[in-house]
Amino acid sequence: MTNPPAAPSATLLQIFREFLLIGATSFGGGVVAYLRSGLVEKRGWLDDRSFVELLSISQSLPGLNSTNMAILVGDRLKGTRGALAGFVGICLPGGILMLLVGMLFHEHGDYPLATAALKGVAAAAVGLILATALQLGRKSLGHVADVVFVAVAVIGVNRFHLSVLTVLLVVGVLATLWYRPRPAGSAP
Amino acid sequence: MSQIPALVRVFAYLSLLTVGGGMAAFPELKILTVDVHHWLTFPQLIHLYSLGQMAPGPNMMMIVAIGEWVAGLLGALVVVVAFFGPTSILALLVGRLWIRLGKWPWRESIQLGLAPVSIGLLLAGCLSFAREAVVGLETASIAAATFLILLRWKINPALLILAAAVVGALTF
Repeated sequence: MTNPPAAPSATLLQIFREFLLIGATSFGGGVVAYLRSGLVEKRGWLDDRSFVELLSISQSLPGLNSTNMAILVGDRLKGTRGALAGFVGICLPGGILMLLVGMLFHEHGDYPLATAALKGVAAAAVGLILATALQLGRKSLGHVADVVFVAVAVIGVNRFHLSVLTVLLVVGVLATLWYRPRPAGSAP
Repeated sequence: MSQIPALVRVFAYLSLLTVGGGMAAFPELKILTVDVHHWLTFPQLIHLYSLGQMAPGPNMMMIVAIGEWVAGLLGALVVVVAFFGPTSILALLVGRLWIRLGKWPWRESIQLGLAPVSIGLLLAGCLSFAREAVVGLETASIAAATFLILLRWKINPALLILAAAVVGALTF
């Protein structure tokens, strides 16, 4: 603990290549697991503690975890240019793929067979999102108040059609105040 | 009339709503791209989003397709910069500041407070998505089966979505 970790050396090209690889292979979501195995285990650019710390910054900010992590890790390794290299790398494969898929879909998306397949895909996506929400909830909701905040956010958006921004600001501030720093021993 | 300024405005705004993931922005994504700007239909948006779940990398790259439909390759590029630019700059700045904030007590308060909000927004996005995607017994069964399989077994979700495409093609 006394020695600061030696600054890991990585070139811009190495950063770009590693994130490109992660961006091209992380099928099925869960990019975090791919990031950890690439950055911590394979490259040794981060230890587990800094990885978790950067991940918690990513999760506390707007933006996708995957791109926020590319920015944060790239910046740690090589400053702003490293952040850009990581970002472009992780976005490029999926971006090009979705560009092509979008063009195909625009041309052929109204074929009956394609429409039928996409109906199945969309239904499965609902199951996937619900499973993600439940898994996240089990991990990070510990208090009755959390359930109230979740419910208020859902009802605000879906029932009262408030904008996501309004709900985010109002419920976000209320929840943060609920968890405001207190003297030890008097946590909610 | 060029749609580029509208693409920039819409996606830069959506960018700031993606707390906890892209799905949080979905209700506004639907309102702005479908109802306000008529760039695509609701079923098209649902289908593009679902296809995007099979692609590797960040799971919102489907926005590239919207940009391309509206304004060609330039539109695709503009959408990526608008959607990821603001949050990336914020991440860069906060990432540097965070180290200096050290043991700032509000850090944990923000993290604890944002967790339930982001899960609520994820669920809210899912509900507004499901309104179009789950419309009857067959689609409800596919959604329920995917949900249960993912909770019970460790399986790559991309494979399940692919399987659902086959089931859909055979049944609908």
